[in-house]
Amino acid sequence: MRLEVDITGKTFRNAAGETHDVIAGVTFALDAGEVGVLVGPSGCGKSTMLRILAGLDPDFHGRVSRPANARVGFVFQEPRLLPWRSVEENVRLVAPRADAAKLAALFEVLELSAHRNHFPGELSLGLARRVALARAFAVEPDLLILDEPLASLDAALAGRLRDQIAVLMDNRSMITLLVTHDVDDAVRLGDRLFLLSPRPARNLAELRIAAPRNKRGDAEIAAIKLDIMRRINGDDTKLDAS
Amino acid sequence: MPRLLSFAALLASWWIGSLLAGDAKLPPPPAVLSAMIAEARSGDLFFHLGMTLARVALAFTLAMSLGAAIGYLMGRVRLADRLGDPWLILLLNLPALVVIVLAYIWAGLTEVAAIAAIAINKLPTAVVTLREGARALDAALDEMATVFALPRWKKFRHVILPQLSPYIAAAARSGLSLVWKIVLVAELLGRPNGVGFEIGVAFQLFDIPRLLAYSLSFAVVVLLIEAVLVQPFEARLSRWRPRAA
Repeated sequence: MRLEVDITGKTFRNAAGETHDVIAGVTFALDAGEVGVLVGPSGCGKSTMLRILAGLDPDFHGRVSRPANARVGFVFQEPRLLPWRSVEENVRLVAPRADAAKLAALFEVLELSAHRNHFPGELSLGLARRVALARAFAVEPDLLILDEPLASLDAALAGRLRDQIAVLMDNRSMITLLVTHDVDDAVRLGDRLFLLSPRPARNLAELRIAAPRNKRGDAEIAAIKLDIMRRINGDDTKLDAS
Repeated sequence: MPRLLSFAALLASWWIGSLLAGDAKLPPPPAVLSAMIAEARSGDLFFHLGMTLARVALAFTLAMSLGAAIGYLMGRVRLADRLGDPWLILLLNLPALVVIVLAYIWAGLTEVAAIAAIAINKLPTAVVTLREGARALDAALDEMATVFALPRWKKFRHVILPQLSPYIAAAARSGLSLVWKIVLVAELLGRPNGVGFEIGVAFQLFDIPRLLAYSLSFAVVVLLIEAVLVQPFEARLSRWRPRAA
């Protein structure tokens, strides 16, 4: 199982008829069990890339090869829940074969057990995000895509949710692709980091983090973050892995 | 309680009105009630109400399902919208009477002609409302359904239909009141039974108690259907909304 991405160009035409380059050239590949993170400034075309990977946008130059018949779990930036279905129905709808025990465990990890019968309109953004996460994990995906799952949450909540995501990712071997503008999240969650330039996006550098997620100390994380900052702001011709 | 008071006030003003205008023009409530009871005893009242209700049900179902399908198509497919739009505008502005008369001329004084004429009158409003609904469908939820590979039927039932349901309810509500009004005209002009036919007969005989007896029974049926079917249906559709409205 392998995801190979080689997007050589993507342009958008706005309402005024002008075209904009969003992606100039982004290449990467991920194997099962790997968590790849696309790190780049806001508006650099990361979300566009995810839409292409998920097959929502066929209008681009290049090639994307997904594992055949891959089940996809997608956590959108906005939760995109069905407001007229309860939390549990939202999850069960996309994962009709999920058994009750697994679902209960999933709700437990994400602290959603008390909210099963609530409607999305009754939930805070943090809770709605977790429902979206539960939905993506419930399908037991081969390819999990997360688009800024921690954006616009307060620091404490984001930290808790990040740990919950880490637990869920460790439980299952799949290809995971995470998009974030937050370097800290990237270093704490990812195995391989792909640094992207501002729009139009292209590869700046790739970093591999060898230590498993739960063994990364604060000092190590700080060092990697420093390295990333140096690469983003400085020498961007170096495309090697450490 | 306020409803009862309001109803009593209506009854009282009717009675006073009949005293002022005279029995011949406006019979008092007891006269109408006894006419109603007489018609009910003979079974005529229920037969004619039943015939009218059956026509309403058929025409309404036909117009709603056809109108919803066409409206959805026109809201989703640009070409369908362009092709259908002139027809829609024509039908929307065609007087009900013209449709009914033409239907009777072309298809004869038949049941099919009556029901088709009623349905055609209601169809364009259903199309317009559902087209708005289909245009307002949330693309973000559509993408969600695509990514998670929801089967077509499930997507329709859980993602699309709930978004359309306020529009369907609006089309049903406005359409039903339109059908109630038109069905009587269609019956008056070309059917041998139904409330509209009876009202036509009563009009020719100047039998005002009978005329009012049928009109009021019809109004009661409409109110009952509103209270028993339409309102609970609407309440069920919107149960997920946080209560405010």
